[in-house]
Amino acid sequence: MGLFPFCMPYFPFLNKTFPRGIHPADNKSTATIPIRRLPFATQLTLPLNQHIGKQALPMVQPGQEVVRGQPIARADGFMSVPLHAPADGVVEAIEPRPTAQGTWMDSIVLRVFDASTQEYGWGEPQDMDGLTPEGIVRAVWDAGLVGLGGAAFPSHVKITPPKEGRVHTLVVNGCECEPYLTCDHRLMLELTDDLITGIGYALRALGAERAVIGVEDNKQDAVEAIRRKLPENGLIDVQAVRTKYPQGAEKMLIHSLLGLDVPTGKRASELGVVVNNVGTLAMMGRLLPQGHGLTERVVTVTGPGIARPGDYWVPLGTPMRHVLDWAGAPGVSAREIILGGPMMGQAVASLDVPVTKGVSGILVFDDRHIPSGQDRRVRPCIKCGECLRVCPMGLNPSMLGMLAAKAEYDAMGSTFHLGDCFECGSCTYVCPSNIPLVQQFRVAKAILRERAA
Amino acid sequence: MSSPLTELRTAPHVKRNLGVERIMSHVVLALLPIAAFAVWQYGLSALALIITVIASCLLTERLCNRLGGVASTLSDGSATITGLLLALTLPPAFPLWMGAVAGFMAIALGKALFGGLGFNVLNPALVGRAFVQAAFPAAITSWVPAYAPERFSAFVPTTWTLPFMTPPDISAWAKAAVDGFTGATPLARWKFENVLTSPIDFLSGAVTASAGETSAILILLCGLYLAARRFLDWRIPVAVLASAALTAWIFQLMDPVRYPDPLFALLSGGLVIGAMFMATDMVTSPVTPLGVWLYGVFIGVLTMMIRYFGGLTEGVMYAILFGNALAPLIDRLTPPRVFGHPRLWSRS
Repeated sequence: MGLFPFCMPYFPFLNKTFPRGIHPADNKSTATIPIRRLPFATQLTLPLNQHIGKQALPMVQPGQEVVRGQPIARADGFMSVPLHAPADGVVEAIEPRPTAQGTWMDSIVLRVFDASTQEYGWGEPQDMDGLTPEGIVRAVWDAGLVGLGGAAFPSHVKITPPKEGRVHTLVVNGCECEPYLTCDHRLMLELTDDLITGIGYALRALGAERAVIGVEDNKQDAVEAIRRKLPENGLIDVQAVRTKYPQGAEKMLIHSLLGLDVPTGKRASELGVVVNNVGTLAMMGRLLPQGHGLTERVVTVTGPGIARPGDYWVPLGTPMRHVLDWAGAPGVSAREIILGGPMMGQAVASLDVPVTKGVSGILVFDDRHIPSGQDRRVRPCIKCGECLRVCPMGLNPSMLGMLAAKAEYDAMGSTFHLGDCFECGSCTYVCPSNIPLVQQFRVAKAILRERAA
Repeated sequence: MSSPLTELRTAPHVKRNLGVERIMSHVVLALLPIAAFAVWQYGLSALALIITVIASCLLTERLCNRLGGVASTLSDGSATITGLLLALTLPPAFPLWMGAVAGFMAIALGKALFGGLGFNVLNPALVGRAFVQAAFPAAITSWVPAYAPERFSAFVPTTWTLPFMTPPDISAWAKAAVDGFTGATPLARWKFENVLTSPIDFLSGAVTASAGETSAILILLCGLYLAARRFLDWRIPVAVLASAALTAWIFQLMDPVRYPDPLFALLSGGLVIGAMFMATDMVTSPVTPLGVWLYGVFIGVLTMMIRYFGGLTEGVMYAILFGNALAPLIDRLTPPRVFGHPRLWSRS
């Protein structure tokens, strides 16, 4: 297959993939629209914890003026990242504010100056070639980078070589298997050079031998764009993988690209593999040479309830309401608003929550397009076995669902391997009886965690 | 409007538009040509029987809903399928009141007592059939000829037998209606008279049989439609038919005089419709990839064992019921390999 890469677009069934999975309608109409820039809102709300790990520590006082790019909160330990001011403005308050997760969180509230521009007032260009691997990790940490695919895991932790063993391969995740989302697709097309640069930094930091970029084959233009920019040394490769959900899940992509199965309970790094999202690496390549911090990200704003769907550069902390006003949401008829993709994203109750580092998409559905359909009548499991045919982990969701209904959580965890479920939602997607399988599994996992603690 | 401004649900927010009703309606659709062919062959009596059994199933389902104090479950379509399938497994001139009893037993005993759709262990249609086979052994083996000249103008005398009455003897009527009618199924003729029916007769449907099991080709085509639309697990009919044919072939090799060829084994009796539409019932068949194959092979082999060594001429029904009973155990013993877990037979 590798001999004839030019043939591959005609034979998608030959592309690498993983067993089972689903094919939801992709609805990626925004893939052809260049990324546009969103103007600053008058007020930005920056929660101190936009990442997995410890909350950052504020470095500014209410009333203090800050410039765009200036660090306003510092990391509290290794599992924490700093925060930078997305615009010139004045700190109005540091107080709990509502977030998309539903909880209130300590946030820095910034009133943006009317004259604030896209110019960074902070950060010096740095000579990346002269940096040691530790220096690169430090630079990524200082930039406040987290996994932009949605997980928001601190990036400097990801690119730190594990203590035992060695990382040989960096897998770059450009699958974007969630329907509707196109932000990674646009980044691969528009920031191709930055992406290659960022991959170079990550390779050096990890001491890895090679990088493989996996892109779903519904984005052939991105595959071609990257292939044209690949360095001569052959360290970086790009491969089309079959368009199938959840191709972008870490374990699935490693299986598709490398033929390796991450054993249950182990991390990919124990196999010598580290996975990073294309968006994260593109931002790494874009920010690090300038010495800038992460102050904005690309967000796909789309759905039937949006008048001007597209991908937007959104300053962090921008209120959802501002984004939707700009993208033309007919606010009154909006019925369901989802952060992230429709398969794993989160519905939000309020438009007054801010865009944070982990928000890859904002989907708005109106009355007529409730994405799940109108009929949600739950019927008994008819054991059609469709969930077994789609579960990427090879679990038996039908049996797990019946056990969940009887609250037999221990059997779910021990005999039926509930712990291997990563909550992709494929089982719920296909269930003809509308049984909320993955929802039940989340509850069961939480209860099992509680019992173990 | 009473609906909230924003809906708050947990992921996934999109769902495939394929509910239980649509699956069931496709199964009904696939069974209609078979039912139509039965009516074409056997006329008014078959039509009356099909309608009676379905009506009995639907009424029983509604009654059980009422008794159980739950909302009507008629709309899920499963009772319609049960009725249709059950009618197709009965002799075409089966007395209507007995058909109604079969329908009642299928739903009440076969499904409702277990808790309704999804909870039954045995295929409801076959439970109904097994009941009437035990209760009315004479009526269930009295066959009528296909293509009787007056089938669209008159009922077979047994059809309108009064409830709790013994149906009249129709052997004289049948002999008068169609010349040379023997009143025995191909399997019975093989077992008791050692006469083989030609494959041509099977394919054209010119054999003595239950209402819906006469044309193997039609059943296969309808099953193929369902399998192609993925409303039916193709592995089950393949496993049942292949294992039955293989068993028949082995026996024929051992004693070619006594045992018929595999083609006869496949085409005779209810094997094809059983493998296609009964064994594949989602609720009562296993779900694991390996379990599905085991289940199919079990049914295929057991069918042939009953036919060759049992007192009965036909074994599909009991083989499937046994398979149903084993399905939960099969599922338990054949868990699929979970991603990232060691293989059962590791090559390394």
